[in-house]
Amino acid sequence: MSNPDIKINEIKALESQVAEIRSKIEAMDKTKPSNKLSMVVFSGDLDKILAAFVIATGSVAMGMEAVMFFTFWGTPVLRDKKKKAGKKDVMGRMFGAMLPKGTCEVKLSKMNMGGMGTAMMKSLMKKKNVASLEQMLEMAEELGVRIFVCEMSMDLMGFKREEMIDYKDITFCGVAKFLEEAKDSRIQLFI
Amino acid sequence: MSDDIEITKTMDLKGMPCPMPVVKVSKGIKEVEVGQVVEAITTDPGSLADFPAWARTSGNEIIKTEQDGKTIKFYIKRKA
Repeated sequence: MSNPDIKINEIKALESQVAEIRSKIEAMDKTKPSNKLSMVVFSGDLDKILAAFVIATGSVAMGMEAVMFFTFWGTPVLRDKKKKAGKKDVMGRMFGAMLPKGTCEVKLSKMNMGGMGTAMMKSLMKKKNVASLEQMLEMAEELGVRIFVCEMSMDLMGFKREEMIDYKDITFCGVAKFLEEAKDSRIQLFI
Repeated sequence: MSDDIEITKTMDLKGMPCPMPVVKVSKGIKEVEVGQVVEAITTDPGSLADFPAWARTSGNEIIKTEQDGKTIKFYIKRKA
């Protein structure tokens, strides 16, 4: 003959185990990365920026969310060539003049050959229907790719917010914002 | 021939290199109802690997692939 008290105790023990497992699963769900790609765009070269945008727009096509964090040499690529910044100090003016003003001024990381290589690559891209950086940026905006710009890089090189491009989803931020996104992403890239 | 497949929408993606075919088709598939078929025509050889990868990831189904010289035709059923 079985003792009903023992059975009740067993069931109670099982119930508390189930509750424990359930709360563990809930906690795990919260740490599960979302279907997102986070990318640091550190380089300011035509080839590397192109790769970054191809991957970002491609990831949205694959049903993912995409976040691009522009820092250091990547920052001047997001300047608007038509916009003018207010007053700058000497160093700011120097950086401003020496770094590319927007996507149309970036060069190849290799075989630039005083601009000849870049011009050849651009004409080749046109011939082969490869989207230009300008088109890529436009497409990224349309697809809802979010762009973050490193405030520290901007400050270092003397860039002002008013000289940056108009982009639907652009945020000026620091490393914590990027890390929050990256921590929650399945894919993280540094380009 | 694919006379047996009822096509709701045809997308001409000829001459477009990566990533355009996949970006365009991911938008185009949302313009048909679930269960309907999009015909996508590409000339990018990379799309032979890319389209199945895109379909698997986005949860859609390529019901048929036809290749005629450089032209590739995908028949994609919207599933998700």
